[in-house]
Amino acid sequence: MLSIVDYLIFSGLMFGIGTMGIAINRKNVIVLLMCIELILLAVNTNFVAFSRFLDQTTGEIFVFFILTVAAAEAAIGLAILVVLYRQRNTINVEELDELKG
Amino acid sequence: MDFSLKAMLPEIFLATMTCVILVLDLYLSDRFRRVTYLLSQVTLVFAAVFAIALWDNHFVLMGGHFVSDKLAVVLKTSVFIVGFCIFTYVYDYLRERDIRISEYYILALFSMLGMSILISAGSLLTLYLGLELLSLPLYAMVAMIQRQNTASEAAMKYFVMGALASGMLLFGISLIYGSTGQIHLDALPVAINMAEQPDMLLLLGVVFVVIGIGFKFGAVPFHMWIPDVYQGSLSPIVLFVATAPKIAAFGMLSRFLWDMFGAAPETWQSFILIMAVLSLLLGNIAAIAQTNIKRLLGYSTIGHVGFIFLAIYAGNFAAGAFYVLAYALMTLAAFGILVVLSQRGIEIEDITDLAGLDKQHRWLAVMMLLVIFSLAGVPPSIGFYAKFVVLSALVDAHVAYLAVFGLVMSAIAAFYYLRVVKVMYFDEPTQTREITIPHGTNVLLSINTLATWVLGILPGGLMAICLLLY
Repeated sequence: MLSIVDYLIFSGLMFGIGTMGIAINRKNVIVLLMCIELILLAVNTNFVAFSRFLDQTTGEIFVFFILTVAAAEAAIGLAILVVLYRQRNTINVEELDELKG
Repeated sequence: MDFSLKAMLPEIFLATMTCVILVLDLYLSDRFRRVTYLLSQVTLVFAAVFAIALWDNHFVLMGGHFVSDKLAVVLKTSVFIVGFCIFTYVYDYLRERDIRISEYYILALFSMLGMSILISAGSLLTLYLGLELLSLPLYAMVAMIQRQNTASEAAMKYFVMGALASGMLLFGISLIYGSTGQIHLDALPVAINMAEQPDMLLLLGVVFVVIGIGFKFGAVPFHMWIPDVYQGSLSPIVLFVATAPKIAAFGMLSRFLWDMFGAAPETWQSFILIMAVLSLLLGNIAAIAQTNIKRLLGYSTIGHVGFIFLAIYAGNFAAGAFYVLAYALMTLAAFGILVVLSQRGIEIEDITDLAGLDKQHRWLAVMMLLVIFSLAGVPPSIGFYAKFVVLSALVDAHVAYLAVFGLVMSAIAAFYYLRVVKVMYFDEPTQTREITIPHGTNVLLSINTLATWVLGILPGGLMAICLLLY
């Protein structure tokens, strides 16, 4: 049987990939949204694993809330993406540089 | 345990009324659009009254997920009052430009509902849900008005940064849950004390949560979104983003660091200190180079957040609460004046847009002067007293060198604030224009501005309230 450490390493890797993806990505805004989802999935894995090993349901209930909020978050993110594309005709991260200083 | 929902009345009322307004607005013709505005204002007034009515009681509801104590009452009431002022200031701005007025109020009301829930959070779950309900309408709000080309870019940056921050916060929450098996704020200190020494998982969790809080406040190194959002969106939206969420963010910080980890300050103190010092440095120095007034105020916000974090580092949460309320009051007036000034097709964007304001509208120039001086910390304004309280808390905590550092930074801040005053009073206006302020807005804005000085001269009442909270 997998131990709690295996789950933590797995979720840690997923979280790392998500964060690095946001930091490194220079091409596409959609990839940013995918990275955010990845971070939330890492959190969900954590909660379910802890819940299982602590023999509680609290963590699992928490995951339901996170999933719901993540859906709302993705909806708003995609809506902003559409607005951005209509205005700029591009979703390239590098071209989002009008605001700086 | 108390199952009466009386303590949730402000939230229940706000949620119901917001939904009613949302539906009602669909059936209103454009001529009666004012009804939406009036209903929103009435809602906020009643919500504030319901909140104040809970002052003397300490309620724990929903199996400990929802708490109503003095801290919640004070912060909620401030949020509602700030919201009331914001709505008054922006009404004419939105109407003149024929912008979708109702959406602004409805999104703001939903966001304030989130703030209210966040402030009353009794567990990490409510904390997270409140935070998301606070943030999601804000993202939509920044993207809502497409007058400026930059709005969607600002919204995208805000969204990605905010979502990353909630991700970090959640990851931290999951680690804390894993190491203690608890998500209730009041149960956690017990769980922590049972372990002889805090384990790595818990410490890592605290680090992530503090990072999440830093993001929401806009503390360096998690400040990137603040200048962009401030510059990229229209003044009424910045007015909202800059004031009320900061009060709620302080509620979150206080719930987490005081209620939950107050017994173990060594777990978070060093991170708070690093963020405070970096915010003071970068916020004040980067502001010098700015030409855009909103971006300048954005960087000055970062500097003020540095002061709030210094108070938290010194362990003086009452000073932090006083500072955040003072900050909200001053920023409300500053952006309120920018909103009122943006009329007849002119948007106040650059500092030079304020040139010769003294000759165009004397009273507005005086008000702007008072607010800028208060932000800079000129005695005897509220900005001065707030800084004074924080600095004396630092000296009491035997970290006088930090007090000196804070003092030097506010001296640097005075430079760029005074430049704005110089432009207003001594530069020639680029064009002649007439400025008219509606009567009600004028009165409220004047009260707001004068309050930043009256509360500075007589800070005793507000300070006594802040001291009651901890």
